[in-house]
Amino acid sequence: MSEDTEVPPVEGGIVAEVAHMTEQQLAEHEAKVAEAVAPDRRIGVAIGQTLLEVSDVTLRFGGLVALDSVSFGIKRGEILGLIGPNGAGKTTCFNVMTGVYRPTSGQVLLEGNPLGRRQRYQITKLGLARTFQNIRLFGEMTALENVVVGVDARHKTSVPGALIRSPRHFREEREVVERASALLEFVGIADRAADKARNLPYGYQRRLEIARALATEPKLLCLDEPAAGFNPAEKAELMELIRKIRDDGYTVLLIEHDMRLVMGVTDRIVVLEFGKKIADGMPAEIRENPAVIAAYLGVPDDGVA
Amino acid sequence: MTAQTQTEPVRQHQESSIRRFRNWWNSLPRPQQWVGVLPIVVLIYLLPVLNPPGLTTEPNVNFPISMYHAAVLVLVAIGLNVVVGQAGLLDLGYVGFYAIGAYVAALFTSKDSMLHKLPYLATLPLAMVVTMFFGLILGTPTLRLRGDYLAIVTLGFGEIVRLLATIIPALRGTVGFSGIGHPPGTQADGQPIFSVSNGTPWYWLAVTIIIVILLFVGNLERSRVGRAWVAIREDEDAAQMMGVPTFTFKLWAFAIGAAIGGLSGALFAGQNGFQNNQDFGVNFSVLYLCAVILGGSGNKVGVMIGAFIVSYIPDRFNFLGSQKYLVFGVALIVLMIFRPQGLLGARQRLLARGRTAYLRLVGKPEQLSSDSALTPEKGGGA
Repeated sequence: MSEDTEVPPVEGGIVAEVAHMTEQQLAEHEAKVAEAVAPDRRIGVAIGQTLLEVSDVTLRFGGLVALDSVSFGIKRGEILGLIGPNGAGKTTCFNVMTGVYRPTSGQVLLEGNPLGRRQRYQITKLGLARTFQNIRLFGEMTALENVVVGVDARHKTSVPGALIRSPRHFREEREVVERASALLEFVGIADRAADKARNLPYGYQRRLEIARALATEPKLLCLDEPAAGFNPAEKAELMELIRKIRDDGYTVLLIEHDMRLVMGVTDRIVVLEFGKKIADGMPAEIRENPAVIAAYLGVPDDGVA
Repeated sequence: MTAQTQTEPVRQHQESSIRRFRNWWNSLPRPQQWVGVLPIVVLIYLLPVLNPPGLTTEPNVNFPISMYHAAVLVLVAIGLNVVVGQAGLLDLGYVGFYAIGAYVAALFTSKDSMLHKLPYLATLPLAMVVTMFFGLILGTPTLRLRGDYLAIVTLGFGEIVRLLATIIPALRGTVGFSGIGHPPGTQADGQPIFSVSNGTPWYWLAVTIIIVILLFVGNLERSRVGRAWVAIREDEDAAQMMGVPTFTFKLWAFAIGAAIGGLSGALFAGQNGFQNNQDFGVNFSVLYLCAVILGGSGNKVGVMIGAFIVSYIPDRFNFLGSQKYLVFGVALIVLMIFRPQGLLGARQRLLARGRTAYLRLVGKPEQLSSDSALTPEKGGGA
């Protein structure tokens, strides 16, 4: 890829190429892809240390309390599930973390630094990336270009550099294409790299969103209902992908409705109800927690507390 | 969208041959594409000299001058396409920048002006710098607005510029400036090469400038800047969440669009030789927008064709008197019914090294799926 000569076109592209690889070539290829996806592996450094802290966050919209002094932490290298019944404030919590809303009180800290009044794109640069519940891709751009926008977040070329095609511009152009290609392979949609995002099938669009978010080299990847609308087989593949992302050195926050998926993939779960945190623990504990069961299934009228 | 589905069979039939040509064209290596474009460029240069019988606008309108006006409008459309087509910022006051550019050329070259005289060619970059500055002045407070709201503010800006040209005494209102400068050089008989009556040298100058500007705009498109613009156009919030400093890049789009608008204004003033406060009404902004939408917002080749049509048709049908606008209007309506996305749909190449990457990933050098209309409304408000 680093040579300037054009690679001769392969019928069927990378997918066909991979299909013809020997086992050893395949392993090498996958290692190369994983390396390009996560060039800066922080996982070995401080696993288990708190990466992001939501500290006593309250958010009011007029009289409505959307979040009521919510506190929880996300540790490096874990997959944290954020669950709750409809309208519990999961996505709102997401939006506070990623700077869409500013908390009425309390704060969000990334590696000990308060996010404060930073712009959204600055928060992305600090290392927080997200996907959207209702897919929000750049429809008229190709899959590859969508991912490249994410990679661009770490780059600096602006108008003057691009006008005169500075050496940095060329270096960055080479980099973005390499990394974005690897990311498309990583999430398994490289065969449609040249298609416009809006022409991709639904499952591909979801994966493309994940690839685009990963492209910004986040310390914490936030997935907002990534399995919405998936069938069981697709959900299983998605669980596989989320684990692969974690194993590649990323920390993941997952909002999801599907209990089997959440229980199956997360290391720890935080439960919200009516904007309050009602539980925080291992999946097995959460499953047994009476408050959580009550929140999801309701309490009988003569019921227990 | 409804118009699109209704005309689906027609469109598919039309597009199949276009697409076949496009596929063939895209599969050619870069140098061959350049060689392929060369004869077209030569033909474009020779247009006013050839004065082809079916195409000519004479005897009613001088053909080289008509072609020059078309070229200036093409330049305007290229600039407006950066703002509207790529960054998706609806600008209804673009004529304001055009006017500022024209006044810069007039103020620094006309004998009626008190300012220091500069050579005409020096006023071209100067006009770009000055309009860029005005683009920043307009953009900084207003680019927080989106969609229709931005359109209204820019509309106001266009009007302010027009009214200031009337009010400020130094700008001489309807009296205007005559004897605006031109590039140096005289013919054998002592007449200047770039005279008011001879459009051909002006046309060559304009086409050369267009080619240079196209190269620069292309460089921007195939870079982080172009990608940021298109991402903002597609979904501003999502773009911001993906690390695009949206405000900065919107401001850049505005400034670059303004600079190109100013350059076209200065070019126009030079050939015209006279400049007053007329010709800067809001109808011109709408006409420019027309050129961009008609050709295909977000497609450089498209907007150039659109601008040519918008400028050329009224000249070509000049013999119909005031009914030439009827022809123009009917042509516009028919076009918008059958091609709501413009003559050529939005299309951009956003990667300097896209060919290599696509070849490796999918075995073909380009994105070949069919184009379609941009969704025109993105919903206003913050």
